[in-house]
Amino acid sequence: MPNMNMVESVNSALDTMLSNDNDVIIFGEDVGYFGGVFRTSDGLQEKFGKHRVFDSPLSEGGIAATAFGMGINGLRPVVEIQFADYIFPAYDQIVNEMAKIRHRSGGEFWCPVTIRTPAGGGIRGGHHHSQSPEAQFTHTPGLKVVYCSTPYNAKGLLISAIEDNDPVIFFEPKRCYRGPFYGDPHNVPTWSGHPEAEVPESHYSVPLGEARLAIEGEDCTVIAWGAMVHVCEQAIKDSGISCDLIDLQTLVPWDREAIEKSITKTGRCVIVHEAPKTSGFGAEMAASIQERCFWSLESPIERVTGWDTPFPHTTEWDYMPGPDRIAAAIARTQEE
Amino acid sequence: MGGDSSDIPLHIPDAPHRPGEDAEFADWPWKPEDLGMLEIDCSAEDSSGHATGLVRVLGDDNSASGKWDPKLSAEELRMGLEHMLRLRIFDDRMMKMQRTGKLSFYMRSFGEEAVAIAQTMALENQDWLFPTYRQPGAQFVRGRDMVSMICHCIGNEKDNVKGRQMPVHYTYKEGRFISVSSPVGTQFSQAVGVALASRYKELDEVTITWIGDGASAEGDYHYALNFAGIFKAPVILNVVNNQWAISTHSNFASGLQNFAIRGIPYGIPSIRVDGNDFLALFSVTRWARERASKGLGATHIEVLTYRAGAHSSSDDPSRYRPQDENEHWPGGDPIERLKDHLISIEEWSEEDHAELSERLDSEVMSAYKEAVKFGDLANGPYPSSDAIFTEVYESPPWHLVEQWDEMKKWRDE
Repeated sequence: MPNMNMVESVNSALDTMLSNDNDVIIFGEDVGYFGGVFRTSDGLQEKFGKHRVFDSPLSEGGIAATAFGMGINGLRPVVEIQFADYIFPAYDQIVNEMAKIRHRSGGEFWCPVTIRTPAGGGIRGGHHHSQSPEAQFTHTPGLKVVYCSTPYNAKGLLISAIEDNDPVIFFEPKRCYRGPFYGDPHNVPTWSGHPEAEVPESHYSVPLGEARLAIEGEDCTVIAWGAMVHVCEQAIKDSGISCDLIDLQTLVPWDREAIEKSITKTGRCVIVHEAPKTSGFGAEMAASIQERCFWSLESPIERVTGWDTPFPHTTEWDYMPGPDRIAAAIARTQEE
Repeated sequence: MGGDSSDIPLHIPDAPHRPGEDAEFADWPWKPEDLGMLEIDCSAEDSSGHATGLVRVLGDDNSASGKWDPKLSAEELRMGLEHMLRLRIFDDRMMKMQRTGKLSFYMRSFGEEAVAIAQTMALENQDWLFPTYRQPGAQFVRGRDMVSMICHCIGNEKDNVKGRQMPVHYTYKEGRFISVSSPVGTQFSQAVGVALASRYKELDEVTITWIGDGASAEGDYHYALNFAGIFKAPVILNVVNNQWAISTHSNFASGLQNFAIRGIPYGIPSIRVDGNDFLALFSVTRWARERASKGLGATHIEVLTYRAGAHSSSDDPSRYRPQDENEHWPGGDPIERLKDHLISIEEWSEEDHAELSERLDSEVMSAYKEAVKFGDLANGPYPSSDAIFTEVYESPPWHLVEQWDEMKKWRDE
């Protein structure tokens, strides 16, 4: 089985879906001739033709609106917003239009659009190339929200997203495009040799709505998505505490059953995301967990998140949750 | 009656040249004598010839002629040349710093130096500048200290925006140079608001703003034209058509081959100007300022130029355009053209130019050496990470105070 990094596995998912379904078309800023600023659509215009993979005007609102129109007229557009930070001109089209068309038309129209967008920090991108705005979309009924973390789940989840008949926002942790990220900026591993970088060339899917048990343990449930999955892996090692590490993969709809099962076992929980704390998706999860698992909990649910501030440029390592903060939170859950 | 469209494929435009192809541009048909001055109170429709033509002052031989010649003194011309050359040398040094890991990122103005410099020189000091990342040169005109600019680009402890922004995202309020934002196009409609506030306060202030050909596809561009047209805002709205938005050619930004005329249906007089012609840019901008200042409203300008370098230090244009495409640009190079002009009127010489170049080189080098005394990217010192929490609000609410304390605990442990 080939070893792929996440850029290659996203490319492979797009390639697979362009081959399988003539209704799949891809467009966005710089995605056509150039193959995308992160190279995720490299070679696809040449292979499938410029009417299937093309550049768009620099207009995120226009991209979303056009994808909406194509979607309700039978195509299955996969569009790219170059950085998640730039998605907001498209927000009206996504939140008020894509998310609601099935409902508002009494089920007569629907919009099977996938919006891919690189998100998250760790590349010295400052506040406009680093944000992780998933919570702005989990709060919108009608959207599905996916956050991949490895080359394997990137391809499998992206195929599921494209095949899904609802609009899906698909976040790709840009810091993990070329390697996992363990929270140490000086350690820059590649995906080469990583078990999650074994990616089939052919079609496969990772179902939406199912979490992945990345590490199995006994004493604490650690929940994360995107780049934070790998940072948590490091934190769990550092803590010396036996933990379940749950990679949520899909935020809406999230895999409540998997979380409940784990917390019923461990009685303790740490939720980690790099987005700000206030109204972050961790808040929704913590509330649901206490509703459903209150009598299993042995200690308060901990959240380790980005601060409620803009994302900094020079001092980003004092912003992003690191293994030290996460390990300390895991340890706190073990206190009597 | 009724054709059959069943076999017409989806139309997707393309760039004029791609790697491996010969770059060729048709010679410009426009000459400095083509266009007269426009009446200062002209209507949008009156300007249609200026929007479809091209205002030039420097001809193919770089002599100055035509009605738009601003008749600048030799001293003013030399100042313009000096600022443009300063910017080019500065950019080259910063790019070298980026390549050796001393900056995280950089963006040059290569080939477009005239734009911000000529246009800012044509304004008054009280006028507001609302730039993109491709107009840092305006700061030289407004007298910004180069050391402070480099400290920002490094993000060291003297960075006036405290390590919060990527390099080249300058803020310089003293020079009325408003903070640069990465999301492209946002400033264009905001600038109309800045201008309307000046009018509300009955001040003789004009606002100038710029947007790229690519970003003119954003909604903000159209909001700006509409609001400016309706409220007769004292604003100068420039579309810098440098042909490329990263890899996306301007053919993907508009179905027209002309950006200027898009202002006319919004009721705004519109002009296309040679963006590599310092004199033409100066002249058109001064005319637009006069209109704005007299309460006659906005002017929309297409600045026709070419992005001679990469979009940024992260970009490799050889992947999407011929490597020598810039050499074929009919507008030539703005610095070479003004230099040739000054030499032809015997106000400059090759020796003067070499001397200036050497002086600016050492100016940039010594500014760089001074700047790294306040910290470099690899070793710091950086602005304190306390700056993550300050100025999020005017004063931090309780939840930020708590998180700030927690951050300090981890940082200082």
